[in-house]
This record gives sequence, C-alpha cells and structure tokens, in this order.
Amino acid sequence: MSQSYNRGLIEDFGRWKEFSAGMWAWIFHKFTGWMLIGYLFTHIAVLSTAIGAAAGDPTLIQQETDVYTTTIQGLESLFIVRVLEVGLLAVAVFHILNGLRLLMVDLGIGLSAQDKSFYASLVLTGVITVASVPTFMHGVGF
Amino acid sequence: MAERYSSFAPGGTAWLLQRITAAFLVVVLAFHFFQLHFVNHAAEVTFAGTQARMENVGYFVTMVLFLITATFHGVNGVYNALVNQGLKGTQKKVMLAVLVIAGLALVVQGIYVAIAMAGWT
Repeated sequence: MSQSYNRGLIEDFGRWKEFSAGMWAWIFHKFTGWMLIGYLFTHIAVLSTAIGAAAGDPTLIQQETDVYTTTIQGLESLFIVRVLEVGLLAVAVFHILNGLRLLMVDLGIGLSAQDKSFYASLVLTGVITVASVPTFMHGVGF
Repeated sequence: MAERYSSFAPGGTAWLLQRITAAFLVVVLAFHFFQLHFVNHAAEVTFAGTQARMENVGYFVTMVLFLITATFHGVNGVYNALVNQGLKGTQKKVMLAVLVIAGLALVVQGIYVAIAMAGWT
C-alpha cells in the first residue's frame, strides 16, 4: 500500500500558505479547466458566423468580405485579443502538461516525483508561451 | 492513513471517460493550436481557407470528435468540481440537467457550424 498524507481540506483556501505542490497543481488544473470550457462556448459562438457566410452571397466569400472572415480578421486585428490568445495558450499548455502528469499519477508512474513534474509543467508552460509570443503577436506590434 | 482524496468516484464510467477523452484531447488540442497559429495564422483565416480544411473528411471527423470529447471533458469537469465543492441534493440534480442541456446544445451547434464550414448545408 502506498503511503498517503492527510493535508486537510483544499477547499479551505484561507490556508493557502500551507499548500503543497500537488495541491497547487490541483487548483491550477481546476482554474485552467474553467477557463478552457468557458472559451469553448465562446469559440463556437464566434465560429457560428460560418453559418451566415455559407448561406450568404458566394462572391463575398471570394472577396473575403463575408461575415465569418470579417469577424475573425476583425477580432485578430485587436491587440487585446492577441494578448488574450497568448493567455489562452498558456492556460491550454499548462492544462495539457499537468494533464499528462495526472494521467501518469493515475497509472501510478513516477508518484514520488509528482511535485517535481508539477514544477516541470510550470517551467515548460512558461518556455512554450514565451517562445510563441512572436507568432501570436505578429502584425500587432511584433 | 488519510482517506482517498479525488474529485471523482474511482472505477466509474465517467471517471474512465474523463481520462480517455483527456488522452485524445492532449494530442488534438496541441494539433489544433499548431495548425491554426503556426501552420496557418489565425489573423489570416478566411472562410475559403476554413472550407478547404473542413472539406477533408478526415479533418472534419477529427474536429467533430474534438468538439464532442472537449465538451464532455469540460462539462464533466465542471460537474465534478461543483460536486467536490459540496453540491448535493436537488441543486446537484438541477446542475446536472443544466450542464447536460448546455453540453448537448454546444455539440449540436458545433456540428451544424462544421457542416456549414464544409459547404454541405
């Protein structure tokens, strides 16, 4: 039987200073999960402009002035949208990397290094996010 | 010995599905970001470009599966987070119904959008 520890309730956020690495991973995973499902609903709402574009005048599609193209390109021309996209990338990358860590934990692989793999997820998320900034901000100041 | 602490009842169907969808989403979400930010740039997306991708049946099926698995994974995650925070009784049942309806609506709308993108409407 593997050893386990009683660290108390994680829902008691007031004692956050006592939280261990695994507890922070749990909180970050939940937070990024809320962000991602919220984004998914928004994403499908924006992409729904494709319905109007498909039903509209085909020449508008050729001229790239249909509602889908202008909505997406209009959003992408905004600096704040690009900043939010970098934020979304950071959130998604962390959720992916920590999710891989959780799959490993569930399979019982590398349990003794679960705190180190959380720190690795954080560092890798930072590196991938920073490295993606030039691509994500292209045309709006970079 | 501390009690086992998890958001999920282990051994359940939802528990297993959450992990199966996770393994799929890890790959497809990474592909999706790479495809629409590095291969194609989001700022250069046009309806014609989207249609060229969506017309490919393999891509279409992948995107629809992506939608279904992401919706299940997200909505099930929200439900488990709420149950974990202490949601129970009638509130729990109402929340489950709201999430199931919202999830189904998202999947139906998303598939309709994908069909429109592919030009099959």
